[in-house]
Amino acid sequence: MNRRSLLFASGAVVLARPALAQAVTVTGAGASFPRPIYERWGQAAREGASISLNYQSIGSGGGINQITNRTVDFGASDAPLPTAQLTERNLLQFPTVMGSIVLIVNIPGVADNALKLTPEVIADLFLGRITRWNDARIVELNTGLRLPNLPVSPAYRADASGTTFVFTTYLSRISDTWKTGPGAGTSIRWPAGNGARGNEGVSNTVRNTPGAIGYTENAYATVNRLVTTQIRNKSGAFVAPVMAAFQAAADVADWSVPGFAADLIDLSGATVWPIVSPTFILLPTNPTADKVAGSLGTMRFFDWCFKNGATAATQLEYMPLPSALHDRIRAAWGAQVKNPAGQAIWTA
Amino acid sequence: MGTTAPAAASVRGSSGRVGDVIFEWMCRGAGILVLLLLGGIIITLFVGGLPALRQFGISFIWSTEWDPVEGREEFGGGIAILGTIVASLLAIIMAVPLAFGVAFFLTELAPGWLKRPVGTAIELLAAIPSIIYGMWGLFVIVPIIQGYIQLGWIGEALAEIPGIGFLFASNSFTGTSLFAAALVLAIMILPFIAATMRDVFDQVPAVFKESAYGLGATRWEVVRNVVLPYTRTSVVGGIMLGLGRALGETMAVTFVIGNANRIAVSIFDPTTTIASVVAMEFPESLTGSLQQSSLLLLGFLLFVISFVVLAISRYLLRSKLKS
Repeated sequence: MNRRSLLFASGAVVLARPALAQAVTVTGAGASFPRPIYERWGQAAREGASISLNYQSIGSGGGINQITNRTVDFGASDAPLPTAQLTERNLLQFPTVMGSIVLIVNIPGVADNALKLTPEVIADLFLGRITRWNDARIVELNTGLRLPNLPVSPAYRADASGTTFVFTTYLSRISDTWKTGPGAGTSIRWPAGNGARGNEGVSNTVRNTPGAIGYTENAYATVNRLVTTQIRNKSGAFVAPVMAAFQAAADVADWSVPGFAADLIDLSGATVWPIVSPTFILLPTNPTADKVAGSLGTMRFFDWCFKNGATAATQLEYMPLPSALHDRIRAAWGAQVKNPAGQAIWTA
Repeated sequence: MGTTAPAAASVRGSSGRVGDVIFEWMCRGAGILVLLLLGGIIITLFVGGLPALRQFGISFIWSTEWDPVEGREEFGGGIAILGTIVASLLAIIMAVPLAFGVAFFLTELAPGWLKRPVGTAIELLAAIPSIIYGMWGLFVIVPIIQGYIQLGWIGEALAEIPGIGFLFASNSFTGTSLFAAALVLAIMILPFIAATMRDVFDQVPAVFKESAYGLGATRWEVVRNVVLPYTRTSVVGGIMLGLGRALGETMAVTFVIGNANRIAVSIFDPTTTIASVVAMEFPESLTGSLQQSSLLLLGFLLFVISFVVLAISRYLLRSKLKS
């Protein structure tokens, strides 16, 4: 994998060189979650900023591997890297957009966003402890709903994914049993249910199986008109998965942590959706001489996206970052990314 | 072959001989290259899997732990190995009678004009990419299994059988299961087994069959008492060929098996196979991590299992392929 990508990446650099005056090619690899928006931005930036993006969604782990080996210009990861690892690998980390994760269910007679779930109930559903939908604890929360005597079939992502990382981080946060049991990761040991491949696999399993519950990215649930649920957030309010609720989470987040690794999971606030997460870019702070152009291209690309990409992001159900954060990311580029001579590459 | 070539070359003169030598070395090189590639892959997998083998020891093979969560990594291939073998064996159980029927029909019963189209159709099954089988399995077979077999009267009746009912009773209702994987695999390996069987059935000397028919044997008696005994080892070899293919199948299985690291007690329970664990978790595993090493070790074990199965198949088919 590494070697092939190395050939590929070096090939891209060679190809890009004659055309450097007109268009820069930027090669990136990593998370699959932001792939749709990166591709959309890539198309727009080719015309708007003469930057051509070659993004390979090989998974966050692959993205981290590739950028650590410097075979690409930037890596992309859904889970933030710890500060120590960023320093060790000489990487600058910054977020690009945010996404949210929603629960999808298939319960006959239950309409979109009608079902209310508390964090404890969600954890017990995925732990396999609540086995019927007419369980007293669910009925108590949903007095107006007629819940059938159906077995609960949890569905999860079988492929290691950032979506699973975010969702299991949420479960670990709200349930001690989950934290000490299955834990949080891109793939974990699921105590119950069936694994399906990708967002489409999970949503297909849920759609085909009465009694199923799964988790997926909001973009996927919206486009495919899946039945989502309300969740009780940290402030005790039930919220439906709507853009305003996602944006509320972004607004109360604390972005001043190192590596911009803001934690948007289970935040307080009456209108806050509890499962929101940014996705990150990893950029070398010490690009070699032949990678300086790609490094600058990456920063120019995301600068252009920050300025012009908000509409496209919203259309694809991603959330753009607050604009104050954009300025702080640009400042970090200027301060941290240096060429071999020790000068800042980003000067705008 | 080897004995006739030099004679022909000497007639044609020295330029022909040089050409022969070059050609011979090119062919030999191609053969050696394949061997080197094979050896290289085995070594890469083994070296990559060595850290996991050191960490977990030989018990990796039967350990049922698989916890990739950071900070408490614990890996064992037991469930994946068991799932691989059980799914493949179930597939063989389903595919062999069907393949035998196809081969019997094509060699004994089918009129001449029907042999070719049916034979070609069976062979075309082998040309369908496995991702297509996976999608078809997920969208067509899985709902059928869920609605009509597991939750239909067949599944309910089977689950009532005393003693073995637990093999058919499951708390998983999604349809993605060991049974779905075995069924899709059975259809995928059918052409390999059927084609081998047809070819070896055709090799039975006509005089044997004619003698049996002359004694008043029915078609079934001819196949049962003449064709099958004559071709027994080759038929088993063909089955092993199908088994080898089933063991390594990835995409189609991943779609329909449910990918749960739990032992399937019932055939309707989800479980996993070596190939699907590797396909699912490799992209997100970090270079040098214990997880990646465990996945490589699983790959090595799959290689060993497939190698053994294929070696047996070659051994059994050896005599018939030579003739």
